[in-house]
Amino acid sequence: MIAYIVRRLAQGILVLLGVSFICFIIFQYIGDPVWALVGKYGTHEQEEMIRKKLGLDKPFYIQYLVFIKNALHGNFGMSYVSRMPALGIVLERLPASIELATTAMLIAVLLGVTLGVVTALNPDSMLNRLIMAGSLFGISMPTFLIGILLILIFAVTLKILPPFGRGDVIKIVGGWKTGFLTLSGLSHLILPAFTLSMYQLAVLLRLTRAGMMEVLGEDYIKTALAKGLTRRTVVLRHALRNVLIPVVTMGGLQFGELIAFATVTETVFQWPGMGNLLLSSIYENDQPIIVTFIILASLIILSLNLFVDILYAFLNPKIRYD
Amino acid sequence: MIRRILKTRLFRHYIRDPSAVFGSIVLLILVIGALFAPLIAPQNPYDLKTLSLKDFLKPPIWLEGGEPPFLLGTDDQGRDVLSTILYGCRTSLMVAFGVVALAGTLGTVLGLLTGFYGGRIDAIIMRLADILFSFSTTLMAILVLGMFKRRGVLPVIIGITLSAWVRYARTMRGSVLAVKEEEYTTAAEAIGASNLRIIFRHILPNAVPPLLVVAAVDSAVVIMLEATLSFLGVGVPITEPSLGMMISIGRKFVYAGKWWLTVFPGGALIAMVLGINLVADWLREELNPRIQRGKIV
Repeated sequence: MIAYIVRRLAQGILVLLGVSFICFIIFQYIGDPVWALVGKYGTHEQEEMIRKKLGLDKPFYIQYLVFIKNALHGNFGMSYVSRMPALGIVLERLPASIELATTAMLIAVLLGVTLGVVTALNPDSMLNRLIMAGSLFGISMPTFLIGILLILIFAVTLKILPPFGRGDVIKIVGGWKTGFLTLSGLSHLILPAFTLSMYQLAVLLRLTRAGMMEVLGEDYIKTALAKGLTRRTVVLRHALRNVLIPVVTMGGLQFGELIAFATVTETVFQWPGMGNLLLSSIYENDQPIIVTFIILASLIILSLNLFVDILYAFLNPKIRYD
Repeated sequence: MIRRILKTRLFRHYIRDPSAVFGSIVLLILVIGALFAPLIAPQNPYDLKTLSLKDFLKPPIWLEGGEPPFLLGTDDQGRDVLSTILYGCRTSLMVAFGVVALAGTLGTVLGLLTGFYGGRIDAIIMRLADILFSFSTTLMAILVLGMFKRRGVLPVIIGITLSAWVRYARTMRGSVLAVKEEEYTTAAEAIGASNLRIIFRHILPNAVPPLLVVAAVDSAVVIMLEATLSFLGVGVPITEPSLGMMISIGRKFVYAGKWWLTVFPGGALIAMVLGINLVADWLREELNPRIQRGKIV
């Protein structure tokens, strides 16, 4: 097990190096930083001076090593637009994204698994057919469209929820500003959180339902029922436990998808998170911010993948890695 | 010929599955509308000569202020919404077809190579596939298209293909590994069949059904992704028709009550994706030997 974790860690570091190399190439060949700093009207001497100052006159591999060294120190350069450290700008947006994503994930997992179990137990009831039809809509609608339609219904027509922004936030420990503690913050959270959760919710529902229906036909379920255990115990203790393994894996592996859809959701609702920042940086050619986002996202995705794999090994004793 | 098709098991199951029939009819209408858009659309919304700014923001024809020939109203440039939807569907289908063809070919070949030969190539390519998968096609496409600043149908196809091949490669590799274990493959090898013969006679026929299902599901995903990219402004340029772009323009007018600019293209998008998903669901059940009509064997 430990050997497995060490090997996966090493692989993760290798991937991060690969990502950092691609980011370095982006820095080098897309948009000249010298040009960005000197501006349109800089002289040739100014250009040379900045080139020297930034170390851009050194050979390629030295520049890459310097880039890695700086990245390890949390130095991803200055934003071309605001002239502030890129990492700081991105990290400032992190709490908003995390609050949105965790709320959405919570909705998706709780509702998805519950509805999946309910529809699997009684697949022919009218209500459950309706839920399944709804889940088909859930996977047939792109996130941005769900967001706009929710805005159209709840903000424009019914006027009961705010259409964009994060509302009032309260500063808690370490500069983390939370929207969970104010009424306005919570009301601003509802629409984007549901928008973001919708796709995952539909996927988890369908996955849980399919798994549940398959497991309920297994012999050990019949044995448990024959022993006289209640239906409730059998479903929750025997069946659900086995169904949850692929669900957990799916949830963990879909994290990249969650970041992507969060980017879309944040753009639709002008939610001040990392994804919103990414899109505006793309429009403004702010490479340092984009690179910081990519490296940070890779770090999050890779560590979550590792976490899920280890969790998987604990949940399923049949799997042994060596 | 037609009678023979009508008698097949596949068709009898299809006709008894109302959601598959409904899905394919919806899809067929949209495909025909998109293919013959220049003939049926009342207007070519991207030919500036036919546009008139005085027709801007007209509501659908059944509302006050609506007027023919603008059945579903017009946008802020005076473009007929129905015509733009038809042309937009063309772009969606073009991208879907392009990605399925390109990523399908690439993935199938890579999956075949890795599954058949194994070893180091297999380890490297499948590891790359794992990484691309965990970064998600959507995120990759947003980043790649955002960084390289190329707008249009072809860049979108390439940007999506960059990580969309993974699903095909995995499916293909799975089928190859399964067939390699079968006795008939061992027997074929024993009587001296060449690798090419084994690939074409034994492996490919077995891999086609699961690949078809992946392609069907994938085309729905790709259509949603193209719309998303164009909505975000990193997909097709504003000078080309796209449902995502229409919705992004319509979003600016949502607060002004011009709901038809988002609801109609959105509806067309949902109908197209839903149609594909319904057909894909049916195809999956039909082609999966383990499941027979909803019952798990």
